[in-house]
Amino acid sequence: MANKPQIRTNNSALIAMIADEDTITGFLLAGVGNVDLRRKTNYLIVDSKITVKQIEDAFKEFTSRDDIAIVLISQYVANMIRFLVDSYHKPIPAILEIPSKDHPYDAAHDSVLSRVKYLFNTESVASDRR
Amino acid sequence: MSGQSQRLNVVPTVTVLGVVKARLIGATRGHALLKKKSDALTVQFRQILKNIVSTKESMGDVMKKSSFALTEAKYVAGENIKHIVRENVSSAALKVRSHQENIAGVKLPKFAYFFDGETKNDLTGLARGGQQVQACRAEYVKAIELLVELATLQTSFLTLDDAIKTTNRRVNALESVVKPRLENTISYIKGELDELEREDFFRLKKIQGFKRREVERQREAAKAYAEEKVAEEMSLKRGISVSSAHNMLAAAQKDEDIIF
Repeated sequence: MANKPQIRTNNSALIAMIADEDTITGFLLAGVGNVDLRRKTNYLIVDSKITVKQIEDAFKEFTSRDDIAIVLISQYVANMIRFLVDSYHKPIPAILEIPSKDHPYDAAHDSVLSRVKYLFNTESVASDRR
Repeated sequence: MSGQSQRLNVVPTVTVLGVVKARLIGATRGHALLKKKSDALTVQFRQILKNIVSTKESMGDVMKKSSFALTEAKYVAGENIKHIVRENVSSAALKVRSHQENIAGVKLPKFAYFFDGETKNDLTGLARGGQQVQACRAEYVKAIELLVELATLQTSFLTLDDAIKTTNRRVNALESVVKPRLENTISYIKGELDELEREDFFRLKKIQGFKRREVERQREAAKAYAEEKVAEEMSLKRGISVSSAHNMLAAAQKDEDIIF
């Protein structure tokens, strides 16, 4: 199995975030934020000045860094770069779509959850039939 | 079915038959084991599916609560608290540790969060609204806890999905390609060996027939020789030469002088 993704055992990994200002502020308050020596942050605050290109770059950077285990991304941001999120298949870092304050959470858009729901429905139908 | 008519390209001998039979036994055992593995993974997978759905649903509530707590904090401590918070970011205090869990040979990552050092945010909101800020912080830590759990489930989900697909592919490959091919090879070798046996039998029969004919011929020859001997003795007794004795015997019919 050559294409099997390698799972690293990391003793300390970060949680990255791409979200709106309030969500980021809350998580920073919890102590998730990290700034390294080159003043690189592990979060991206999405406001009206941020372009889709910047979000894409941040997403690519967070998913390729090996010290990040989880990437939290607001769902409306994820919708902007849906093609990237959907084409991402690695288990680590895990992409989590979180609801944001201004945008209601829609489970149908979540790439993982839609698959889960689909499997869940077929399976519950199958178990009903049994 | 392309796999039906296929067989391995082997020399049909008894040794190879033994080898192929051993391989078939191995393939059968492997198939049974993989089937078991697939079942174990599926059980785990279903459990994770259920957990994911319930956790995702509770995530909405927790995020709502934490957002509300942040709004409260902002109301009490002033709008510019977010600048203070952002300024205070240095190195992460809340980190994630991952370790592996082994389920039927598939390594599933498990995340756990932990606090590493102190945050500078402890003193945030000291002037006013400190309680709300700390409450907000606690809410967000709770949210992180849930999200980390969800991340674990989601990663397990993806990994298991992949593993189940691979296992099922292997099971199917063994069932519909490898095993039929080995069975075909076995029947081919058996047929070929039977054919050889028949050929051998035929050859033996042939040799037997040949031998029998040979014996017959020898008997015939012996008989002829014995006759010859009798003729010779006769001629000796009569005192004529062997040839005339022969002639006497042979020319008995065609002698014109003899009337009777």
